[in-house]
Amino acid sequence: MSDVVRVEVVSPEEMLYSGEATMVITRTLEGGEVAFQAGHASFLGALVENRTRLFLTDGTVQDIAVHGGFVEVSGTPTTVSILSDAAELAQDIDVEKVKADLERHELVLRMEHDEAKLTEAIAGKKVAEIQLETAGVTFTA
Amino acid sequence: MAGGQERILRERIRSVQATKKITRAMELIAASRIVKAQAAVTAAVPYSELITNVVKDLAAGGASGESPLLMGRDEVHHTCYVVIAADRGLCGGYNTGVERAAEGEVKADVLRGDSYTIIPVGKKAEGYFRFRGYDLGQAFNGFSDRPSYDDAKAIGQHVIDLFVSGAVDRVELVYTRFISPGSQEVVLRPLVPLTAETVAGGDGKPEDASSGDYEFEPAPETILETLLPRYVEARVYAALLNAAASEHAFRQRAMKSATDNAEELIKSLSRVMNRARQDAITTEIMEIVGGAEALDSGDDLVPVELDSTAFEDPVFH
Repeated sequence: MSDVVRVEVVSPEEMLYSGEATMVITRTLEGGEVAFQAGHASFLGALVENRTRLFLTDGTVQDIAVHGGFVEVSGTPTTVSILSDAAELAQDIDVEKVKADLERHELVLRMEHDEAKLTEAIAGKKVAEIQLETAGVTFTA
Repeated sequence: MAGGQERILRERIRSVQATKKITRAMELIAASRIVKAQAAVTAAVPYSELITNVVKDLAAGGASGESPLLMGRDEVHHTCYVVIAADRGLCGGYNTGVERAAEGEVKADVLRGDSYTIIPVGKKAEGYFRFRGYDLGQAFNGFSDRPSYDDAKAIGQHVIDLFVSGAVDRVELVYTRFISPGSQEVVLRPLVPLTAETVAGGDGKPEDASSGDYEFEPAPETILETLLPRYVEARVYAALLNAAASEHAFRQRAMKSATDNAEELIKSLSRVMNRARQDAITTEIMEIVGGAEALDSGDDLVPVELDSTAFEDPVFH
């Protein structure tokens, strides 16, 4: 099987996902979206907050919310390793909780003037938005 | 008088029995936690292996050692010790082992005329060093038996800030390494600056050389800059997990011997109590006999011997 890549999504606490896919799409810092298929050149990249998609061999797509990290692509057969401090599979995301988080952060953005709190809220909002996008929910507060 | 002693002993036995129940429960809890903690240590291995490889490949692939975390200071005058101990006691020599190792290092520094900062992780470490008047930095508490990556992140970020700002010249980790449930050792590991060996050794090429050199996005230096802090955090996290597993192993052993001791104590106390009870009974009998004899001696018309033979052979009467 030379048209599949091995995929590993690893967080410090556990191996989040391990399996095979035909294509992996993620987003690098400064570089925009990048897709990996079998036979891709060896690659090292830093990731931004993004919705990573694994196109599995059975035709389904596994969405993963990746909150920053790194990607390494190497070897034959091609192995894509995604390292992330924080990443969640789409099915593990608690949509109600994320919506509440998003609303809270937006409230802070409207009301607060403290620089540190604003930065925190912007980061938090970004996390929540990616989580919702990954979970396939559109939401406007 | 004699009966009072028996009651006191009975109470002590009861209290030792209650203690034994508690220590037994703690032993069992610790034993089950060891398994979980061990699993956590194993689960963290893939990430730390990958990140180590990436650091090596980056360094070999052209990322220069410009990052402040890679630059050692020429003269080291201020060392920061991150001392990882437990939040709770009742775990035998676990806390003292770590504390003593750290204290020894600190004393050596003081003798050389260098300064130090201790970052205690765990309430026991903080209490120990605060009581003895050492210079403490920020303390981290409340997660020693089940550390999460966020805890490691907080510690990692803090020591990186200390190092980069120039407040300290190097950072060392003091913790208990978990080898197996039966053996752990206190170790002292340099954390920051990252040593040359950590970043050397990679060939900058994938294991399969035919697929060529790495492509980087963004530039290797930029990746390295964001990667190194994560690497430090991963090291701290591994240390915390090892320490947690060791803590449970130590606690299990300590509680097992406490349970055994309680059992031993109960045995010897019951022996003393039984003897005291028998003594009391004997004394009572003696008193009764003595009393009866005293009564008899007042009007002893019938010899006692006759009476006793009469009792021994009731059939003929």
